[in-house]
This record gives sequence, C-alpha cells and structure tokens, in this order.
Amino acid sequence: MTKLLRYPLQIFNYFIFVTIVWYFSIAPAYNHLEPGYAVIALAFGHAGQPVKECVRRTPEELAKLPPNMRNPIVCPRQRSPIEVEIIMDDQPMLQERFQPQGFSGDWGVDVYRQFKVPSGPHHLKMRLKDSVRVKDFNYVHEAKVVLKSAQLLVIDFQPNEGGFIIK
Amino acid sequence: MKKWFHKPINRLYLYVDGWFNLAFGTVNNPLYHLGSLAFFFFWIVLISGLYVFVLFDTSISGAYQSVEYMTHEQWYLAGIMRSLHRYASDAAVVTIILHIIREFSLDRYRGFRWFSWFTGVPILWIVILLGISGYWLVWDQLAQYVAIGSSQLLDVLPIFSSAMTRNFLSGQLSDRFFTLMAFIHLLGLPVVLIFALWIHVKRLSKVEIIVPRGLAIGSFLALLVLSLVKPAISHEQADLMIVPATLNLDWFYLNVYPLLDYWTAGQTWVLTISITLLLMVMPWIPLKRNPPAAEVELSHCNGCGQCFDDCPFDAISMQARSDGARWKMEAIVDPVLCSGCGICVGSCPYSNPFRRSEVRLTTGIDTPAFSAHDVRTATTKGLETLKGQTVKIIVYGCNHGFNLANINDADIATISLPCTGMLPPAFIDYALKKGADGVLMSGCRSSDCYYRLGNRWMEKRLQGERVPLLNARADRSRIQICGAAETDEAKLLKEIDAFRQRLLTNKQASQTAEKEAGHD
Repeated sequence: MTKLLRYPLQIFNYFIFVTIVWYFSIAPAYNHLEPGYAVIALAFGHAGQPVKECVRRTPEELAKLPPNMRNPIVCPRQRSPIEVEIIMDDQPMLQERFQPQGFSGDWGVDVYRQFKVPSGPHHLKMRLKDSVRVKDFNYVHEAKVVLKSAQLLVIDFQPNEGGFIIK
Repeated sequence: MKKWFHKPINRLYLYVDGWFNLAFGTVNNPLYHLGSLAFFFFWIVLISGLYVFVLFDTSISGAYQSVEYMTHEQWYLAGIMRSLHRYASDAAVVTIILHIIREFSLDRYRGFRWFSWFTGVPILWIVILLGISGYWLVWDQLAQYVAIGSSQLLDVLPIFSSAMTRNFLSGQLSDRFFTLMAFIHLLGLPVVLIFALWIHVKRLSKVEIIVPRGLAIGSFLALLVLSLVKPAISHEQADLMIVPATLNLDWFYLNVYPLLDYWTAGQTWVLTISITLLLMVMPWIPLKRNPPAAEVELSHCNGCGQCFDDCPFDAISMQARSDGARWKMEAIVDPVLCSGCGICVGSCPYSNPFRRSEVRLTTGIDTPAFSAHDVRTATTKGLETLKGQTVKIIVYGCNHGFNLANINDADIATISLPCTGMLPPAFIDYALKKGADGVLMSGCRSSDCYYRLGNRWMEKRLQGERVPLLNARADRSRIQICGAAETDEAKLLKEIDAFRQRLLTNKQASQTAEKEAGHD
C-alpha cells in the first residue's frame, strides 16, 4: 500500500485511539448519590471501658512488689466492646457491636459507616454502650435534622464533650 | 505451543495486527511497540507534569485555584500541558492493557518469559496508584471522592493507628498531608516505577524503549489535538460538607471506587488482590517447559562474541578463555535465561554446512533440540524429495509463524526451525548450490518475532547489514522473505506462487541463454 493511502488509515486509527482515551477518561458518568439524597456518616474512634473494675491494691500487696512495679491501681487489659444503635424516624438504621482491636482486645475501635438517606427532616436517636459493666446504653442523644440534597452529616462521638456530636 | 484458551484471542489479535500492518507498515505498527509506547507516554507525562508542577500550589486552599488558573487562564500552555498529562496517562494504561492482552494471546508469557510477566503485574499497580494520587492533587469533588474512597480502603489495612477516613469528614485535613500526597505523586511513585520498569526488562537485551519516529510523532500529535479539542477540566472545588453526586470518573484509573458503594472495603481488596495474584501466577497455568538450553562447544568457539551480541534474552555472556586455546574469550550460556531459540546458532561463524570434513556438523554453539546438523540433514533430505521437479523450492519457517505442514506442493520442501534467526545465511547458499532453485524464508511476521529479534537478524544478515553475511555471490533473485502468521495462509501461498513463477521464468531464460550459447 502506498504511503498516501496509508495516511488516511493511520489518521482513522489515531482517531479511534484518542476517542477511546478521551471517552473513558470522563465517561460514562457515575452517580455516586441520587438527587434528593443525603449521606449520614458515623465516624469516631473510641476505646471501651475495661471489662472489669479496676482494683486498688492494699499497702501490704504493694509492699510485696518490687519498687518499680508498685502501681496502686490494677486494671484488666481487655476493653469492652462498643455497641452502637442509630434509629432514624423510629426505624433502626444501625445496630452493631464493635469488638476492641488488638491481640489482647486492649485497643480502641475505629468506626466508619455511611448511610444514604432521603433529604428532608429526620429524627435521629443515637445510643452507645461502651462498658460490659453497665446494663443499658450509657450515652444517648436525640436530634432533629433537616438534610439538604447531597449534604454530608457526620455523627462523631467524643466522650469528653458529652458523647454524640452532630456536625 | 499455544493452548486452546489462547486460540480465539490469538486469531482476533492476528486479524487486528494485519489491519495495523496495512495502515502503519510493520515498522510503525503500534502493536509491535506497545511497551515502548507506554514508555513514550510516560515521558510525555513526565515532561508535562514538570511544567504543571511549576504552577501548582501544593496546599489545600491553593491547589484547586492553581489548577483552574492553568486550565482557564493559561489554557494555551499550562492547560494543554495539563490535558497532555492526563491523556498521556490514560493512553499509557490503554497501551499497557493491550500489551498484556497481546503477550497473552501470543503465548509470550510462560516458560522462560515468566519473569517479565511476573514483574510486569506490579507495574500496572504502580501506574494506577500514580494516577489515583494525581487525581487527588486537583482537590476538586472527584479528588474528594477518591480521597474518601482511598481512605476507606486503607483503613481496612492495619497501617494507621486511627481511621484515615475521619480526616476527610471533620475537615481537619492539613497542608502537610497534602504535601505528602504531592511528594508521593511527584517523586515517590515515579522512582518506584522506574525501578520496577528496570527489573521488568532485566532479562531482555537490546530493549526498545524508544518508539519509531513516525509512531512517536503520530501519537504525540493525536494527543495534542485531543488536548486542544477536549481539554481536561476539573469538577467543582472539594467541599467536605457535601457528597459528590455525579462524577465523571476516569475509568482507566478509578474503576475500583464504585465497588465501594456495593461492597465493603474488605471485599474490594479481596477482588483486587485475587485478580493481581491470578495475573501473577498465569505463567504457571499450565506450566510450559523450555526447550533445552544452547550449549557451547569450546573446540569450535573462537570467542567472537557474535552470539553474545545476537541473543535476545541476555542468556549469553563472554568470559576469559578456560581451555588454554589461543583466543581470549569464550561464550557461556546461562540455562536459566536461555529460551532455546537457536538465534545464537545462526550467528556462529562455525555454523557452516559446507564443512565436509566432519560426519556430524559441529558448531561453536548449538541447540540440542534441533541442531545445525539437523538443519543440514533436513535440507539435504528436502532437496532429495524435490528431484525431478521443474522448480525446486526450499521454505524455511519457524514453529511460531505459519504452520508449514499446510503447504503440500510437490515442488516445495519445508523445514520448520525454532526460529528463522537460527538459520545461518550459509545454509541458504548451501541449499542453492545443492540444487534448490529458490529459498523462501517465512517465519513470524516481520518485526513481530516470537523470540523478539530472530527474523530481524535474519533479514539483516541477508541484506548484508549484520554478520554472518550471505555469500556475496549468492543469487539474491532466488531468495525471498515472507513472514506469515497463522492467519496468513492466502498471503503466503500467493507469495509462493509469484516466487515460483519468477524462478521458472529466470530458469527458462537462463536455459534459453545456455542453448543459444551452445549453438554459437
């Protein structure tokens, strides 16, 4: 085939190539979130309470220990699992028990969960239990929120600031 | 030997390959340069990236604005550079994927080739990570989506002490973190990529990382035109208080993220790691045994180094003479690297079929599976079968091109070699002097040798551009080269017919001339 005939074929091939490159670099568009929906994200890091009460050693017990190991309070290493419950408009959205991390179960847990929900007003009830030594949820928070379309509502948990925080 | 699962994709590939040969010729056929094309696109990415980096602000507050400035204010230079940066990155992925498909379809990934395939798989990952980190830096809503998705994936791994995802929800992301990402994209991953590429081609010699000029110009112009017609643009600026809804994903790089909407991060990891492992173990499914490695016969090796220079897989090295002979060097074959192609046999000056003194033809370096002696015996036997024919043609082919067993003409004797590069030019001269009217060299399509360089060396030897040379007195009009793949039966048979006709005409002309000379 002569060069003159080859050039149009080459241009055609280059056209196909760059069309593929261009098209799949932006298309097909992906709908990550439908219109009229928002996202509620539960995201926090928290260490549960020790599974047993800490015990204060008596002076006699302390005296038996080497001087560098005389810690007056002894706590068990293992921490309690964390139970979380989120109820939206009287419907359970999340009911989950997070086990502590680490070989000895002495680490905290990092929680990230997201829920796509219709935008508009909602009633949220959040409960958290971080100790096996208490019977019921020891942190409870309720809130009314109005979610805009595509809004990201973050539920955090900071025990030092009273528990659940909505951002 | 190709397996049943190669055949459908192999035939499809050969037809597409034929189409590209029609348009580009064998020298500029992009399918023969997919690896070097990926290198070429990488250079475009590097150079355009350096320019973009000059104007880029590596801070969360300034990154988006600086990219917008490049795209809209300085569109005529920085905008084009940005577009070239993106499209060349995408083009690199396309060529890498085609490279993988091609090597699979041609069964060029098993046996001695396992190393290149195995080390090539991580390169795909490094390239993907480069692209992902690049999209992150724009800090638009796509970057936000990628950042959160990446954090979800990383949080599953026990790398960080606390959840990385929370950084992107609480809006506490710092410039320091962003600078780290810029460092990873601009220096960390490119250095790792260059190192990985070096390992990838470690077992090859004469690696081609420069594409032919025509192909380079065409590819660059195509990307430049695309950058002008459809410049790369950003999404809206990232806003951590909203969720990006509709995204124009770059599917070459970001295809894994939508899975996170349906699967957990752990499941997504399982899928990606499974695909990666499957790709990595493919050279052993099923196992392909290499032909026996070439062996050096020191008594016939003068240490010329031609086999060392011709070996496509770096399996031959030269070392100081160990047998006390008068020559300085001797060839050493590494059996682990040797493909058994026999190209070294074709390059050895001792591979001379005219050496009558020996019962068995011994050469300096030989392949046990099909030796130079075997080639001479096959040639002699082939010529005997052609006795009484008007035109006698010897066709040398290879085990990876068109199957010569499909040629059933009485005036043709076929000899299939491991590679046509195995045939020393002296054998062609030998066949012509022993009674063949013509010799046709078939084998793989031109520039697409199964053993990389075999048919190229063969062509250069016959053209007098590479030693060992074809005897200067050999009649070139009686020699024909026609590379043919499995699907090229019609083309090859047509070429043989034309060659036969030419030989017949020449023969008749010379017979007539001889008669006339006799009358005089």
